[in-house]
Amino acid sequence: MEDPEKKTEVVLLACGSFNPITNMHLRLFELAKDYFHETGKYKVIKGIISPVGDAYKKKGLISADHRVAMAKLATENSDWVEVDDWESSQSEWLETLKVLRYHQQKLVSPDPTNSLQNAIPVTKAGRKRKQEPNRHEPIKKKNQSPDIKSAPQLKLLCGSDMLESFGIPNLWKLEDITEIVENHGLVCISRAGSNVQKFIYESDILWRHKNNIHLVEEWITNDISSTKIRRALRRGQSIRYLVPDAVQAYIEKHNLYSPESEDRNAGVVLAPLQKNARDSKN
Amino acid sequence: MKSRIPLILLACGSFNPITNMHMRLFELSRDHLHQTGGYQVIEGIISPVNDGYGKKGLVSARHRVAMAKLALETSDWIRVDPWESEQDTWIETVKVLRHHYNESLRLLQSKKEFMKNKRPIERATEDSLSYQHSVLPELKLLCGADFLQTFKTPNLWKEEHITEVVEKFGLVCVSRAGSDPAQHIKESELLSKFQHNIFLVKEWIQNEISATQIRYALRRGLSVKYLIPDSVIAYIAHHNIYTEESERKNEGDLLQPLKLHSTPVNPLND
Repeated sequence: MEDPEKKTEVVLLACGSFNPITNMHLRLFELAKDYFHETGKYKVIKGIISPVGDAYKKKGLISADHRVAMAKLATENSDWVEVDDWESSQSEWLETLKVLRYHQQKLVSPDPTNSLQNAIPVTKAGRKRKQEPNRHEPIKKKNQSPDIKSAPQLKLLCGSDMLESFGIPNLWKLEDITEIVENHGLVCISRAGSNVQKFIYESDILWRHKNNIHLVEEWITNDISSTKIRRALRRGQSIRYLVPDAVQAYIEKHNLYSPESEDRNAGVVLAPLQKNARDSKN
Repeated sequence: MKSRIPLILLACGSFNPITNMHMRLFELSRDHLHQTGGYQVIEGIISPVNDGYGKKGLVSARHRVAMAKLALETSDWIRVDPWESEQDTWIETVKVLRHHYNESLRLLQSKKEFMKNKRPIERATEDSLSYQHSVLPELKLLCGADFLQTFKTPNLWKEEHITEVVEKFGLVCVSRAGSDPAQHIKESELLSKFQHNIFLVKEWIQNEISATQIRYALRRGLSVKYLIPDSVIAYIAHHNIYTEESERKNEGDLLQPLKLHSTPVNPLND
C-alpha cells in the first residue's frame, strides 16, 4: 500500500449560477473525486459550491439567498461537498479568479478575517521557472513557511461548457485564464465525443498548461441543465429525481420559477461583459 | 369536464438495481398522459422480474424488491409489487399484465360493494366519486426506448403475446434523442395496426442511467451517488450485493424465455 500521506490534497471549487442546483452539478463533484482518487496521487478532501452573486445579471437569475439555500439543501446528504456564500454576498460581481484566490488563501490560513484584500495571487516568485510538463506538484513558494507547502490545491471544477466559454469574447480576461490554469488548475467533466480536447488544442494558453487541466470523461450522459429544469417548472412538468427532493420542495414552497422570474435581467448585459468591455477600452 | 380514463402504468424489468432513470420514466409518462387530457394516471407499479429469468448478474429478487421499495418510499403514486418475483418460475410479461389488470378490477369491485353498503345519504354526497370509480381503468406497459426492438428478437416473445400486449393493454414508450420508435412502429405491421394504443413519450433530458453501468461502477468502487437514491446505495453497501461473484450469476445460461420458446420446434418448419 502507498502511504496515503504522500498524496496531494485537493479541494474542488465549482462556480456558477446554480439556478437551481441539479443532480448534474452534484455528479460533477462525484466524478471528479473518483478521477483523482484513481490516479493514486491525489486525495480530494473537500468540494465547495460557490453560487454567483446577483450582480452577475444573468437572465432569469433569481436571488442568491434562494440559490444558496437550495444548494445547502442539496448538499445536506453529502459528507464532503459544502456551500460557500462568500462570493454571492459580495456587493459586486467578482471574477472567478478572485473567488479562487480567496478560497486558496483561506486554505492556507483559515482566518475568518480573510477578505478580498488578502486574496492575492498564490504564486509570483517562481513564475518564471521552466515549465515542467507531466508533473503535478503542489504549489511551492520559496519564501513561505513549510506548512504552506502542504496546503491543499484548489482546483476549479467545471463542465465542458465553462471551458468552452473561455472562447467567448470579453467574458474572461486572458490573464485570468492564464492564472487559473497556471496556479490552480482545472477539472473539466466532459462527455464522450465532446470537442473539449480540440478546444484545448486550439488555445495556446490552455495547450501550454494542459498538464494542469484534468479531463474527466463522464460514463453516464448527464445533461440536467438548470435551464431545462426551469423550463419544465414553467410548464408544470415533473422535475422529480433530477434535483434532490428537498430542492424541489423548496422551489414549490417559494414558487421560485415563473415566466416573470425568467424575465429578470432580460436585456441587461452580463456583468463580466460590461466590465471587460469597459476595461479593454481604457 | 370530460371524465378522464383512469390509467395504471406497469413497468417490468430486472431493476438490478433500480435507478433514478426508472423513476423518471414514470414521471415523464404521467406528465405526457395528463397532457393528452384524456387520462388520469392513478398508479404506477414496478414489477421486478422473477429470479428464474436467468439473466447474467441478476441478484436475488428479495434484494431487488427491497431496493425498489426503498427507492419508492418518497413517491406517493409509484409502488413495487412482488407478485411476479414470487411466482415459482419466470412468467411471461403478458401474464403479469393480466394479473394486475384483474387486480385493479377486483379492487374496483370491492369499492363498489363498499359504496353499496353505505347509507343512501352518504352515497349521494359521494356520487361523483363513485362515478369515477365505475369507469374501467386501463393498464399500460411502460417501457424504455429499446423495448420495441426486443419484439424482433427471435424467441424472446410469442407473437400472440405481443398482439395481446398492444391490443388489449397498450404501451407507453419513452424515447430518447437519437432513437426513433416511430420508425419501428412503421416497420412492423402488428405495431402499426395498434399504434393508437402505443404512446410515445419524448424525453427532454438525456437519461441513460443503465443498471449495468451502475453495477460496473459499484464493482470498481466508483460513486453512484445522485444516480440511484441514497437509501439504495446504503442497502447495497450493507448487504454487499454487487460483487464480481454476483456478476457471474447465470453466466452462460440462456434466458428463460429463450429456453421455453425455442424448445417446441414448429412442425411446419421441419
